[in-house]
Amino acid sequence: MASSDGNKNTNTEPWGGFEDNIIQGTGSAVIDMENMDDTSGSSFEDMGEMHQRMKEEEEVAEEAEATEEETGEDGEFLGMKGIKGQLGRQVADEVWQAGKRQASKAFNLYANIDILRPYFDVEPMQVRNRLIESMIPVRMINFPQKIAGELYGPMMLVFTLVAILLHGMKTSGTVIREGTLMGTAIGTCFGYWLGVSSFIYFLAYLCNAQITMLQMLSLLGYGLFGHCVVLFVTYNVHFHSLFYILWLVVGGLSTLRMVAALISRTVGQTPRLIVCGTLAALHMLFLLYLHFAYHKIVEGILDTLEGPNMPPIQRVARDLPVVATAAMNAVNATVKTLGVILQSQ
Amino acid sequence: MAEVAESSKPMFAGLSDVSISGDIPVEGEINVPVGTPSQDNEYSTLDEPVKDTILRDLKAVGKKFVHVMYPKKSSALLRDWDLWGPLLLCVTLALMLQGGSVDSKDDGGPQFAEVFVIIWFGSVIITLNSKLLGGTISFFQSLCVLGYCIMPLTVAMVVCRLVLLGGSGTVSFIVRLIVVTASFSWSTFASTAFLADSQPPNRKALVVYPVFLFYFVIGWMILTFSPSA
Repeated sequence: MASSDGNKNTNTEPWGGFEDNIIQGTGSAVIDMENMDDTSGSSFEDMGEMHQRMKEEEEVAEEAEATEEETGEDGEFLGMKGIKGQLGRQVADEVWQAGKRQASKAFNLYANIDILRPYFDVEPMQVRNRLIESMIPVRMINFPQKIAGELYGPMMLVFTLVAILLHGMKTSGTVIREGTLMGTAIGTCFGYWLGVSSFIYFLAYLCNAQITMLQMLSLLGYGLFGHCVVLFVTYNVHFHSLFYILWLVVGGLSTLRMVAALISRTVGQTPRLIVCGTLAALHMLFLLYLHFAYHKIVEGILDTLEGPNMPPIQRVARDLPVVATAAMNAVNATVKTLGVILQSQ
Repeated sequence: MAEVAESSKPMFAGLSDVSISGDIPVEGEINVPVGTPSQDNEYSTLDEPVKDTILRDLKAVGKKFVHVMYPKKSSALLRDWDLWGPLLLCVTLALMLQGGSVDSKDDGGPQFAEVFVIIWFGSVIITLNSKLLGGTISFFQSLCVLGYCIMPLTVAMVVCRLVLLGGSGTVSFIVRLIVVTASFSWSTFASTAFLADSQPPNRKALVVYPVFLFYFVIGWMILTFSPSA
């Protein structure tokens, strides 16, 4: 910025302004007429030309300044330049910096996965122990039981359940009309885990139970371990009686564990009944639903194997005169399902 | 500056005697060059013909494929990650898995969008999981590794399709089962070789399990694929 003749140009007025060695003075009282901008009595064209030259010089000076580091120019009076001038550019720059800072602050606050990091701080041994403990109900209900607040195990169990459901749907040839196989499986499992957890947490809040949302998610997530085991076995071994035994034993054990944990944290008979009754009902019914809604291969095989043994209504329909096929099909379908249910039991 | 230099030249011998007092001003100009060298680099890749750019990218992708087929502990896959390879593999797999429906009205096989979503969202979830468990690998590096390691499964898909051309009996099912199992374990092993290094040593099992599940689901989709009659 230091020019060779030591003359700092801070002129911003359109008419050129005074030169610095006149304003600040070099100690001499004599005005050097050669250096003075003599605008008095000049013609209009000269004024215009001088004005234009001043403007160009200023623009060059601005560009030169813009490429350097901006150190202490905030204090300078920048005059009436508008958006295009130095002031406008600085303001735009600062607005951009401030906006960027705000956005990155908000992003770091809300989208930071470090918020979830403490819930994934587990060792493989801990996960294995918790999986086994989820099948063992604890008798102590007078003192609040310890529930681990962890999300790794529950999430992996939900994904495993999704994979098992997919396997079950594929082998049974389940047909999904509106939607996809994968979407249905993921929606069902995650919906159950998150939805039922929230609902039971809400009930627990109403009934004054001492449990946090994280603990509820963790408890229900580990309770799905029993479901995974039962479904994995019964999707491959097709015996209905085996399914019912496993449903009672394995499903019952994991439900009892969750119920005991909740009872130990609730005071009063009626609240205990409400919360634990709802949880038990939902958990057991979910296993029942998963088995029957996503696994139709047993019925299919029975249909194809028992070819000559037709459902009764079909034989009757052949003897009747021409009837509306739609009505016949509907009645046929209902009787068929009834017959299958009777056969399975 | 020039005056000081000129005055110090004949005084080399007595340099130790010279002491510069504090109130001698040093003048000069300092010019900071604005970053023109980086602009030159950009211009050099911007000006090259498109064929060169494509060939260079293809060579990089091909090199990574070779790394996946022979998984050694190398950092080339992690250092220069790119997502071209995963995209190519994902699209190929999704196209080949289409048309597996038994009936044209009902959907027995996965749609293109389903496979796409499974692969990409599965990779994202595994990456988030490994980051939450304390991994040192970055988001896109992990996506890159998981995507490239789908390659053995794509090869298995091609083989399965060829086997299915010859009929769909029990023998073909056993052959397909062996091929898919082998390629699925290869995929899991290959991705573990790259990903496990970035984890603390006692938590490797926690990271490997979701990867195993992910490739298992993809392998299952390949195995149960049956083309329409």
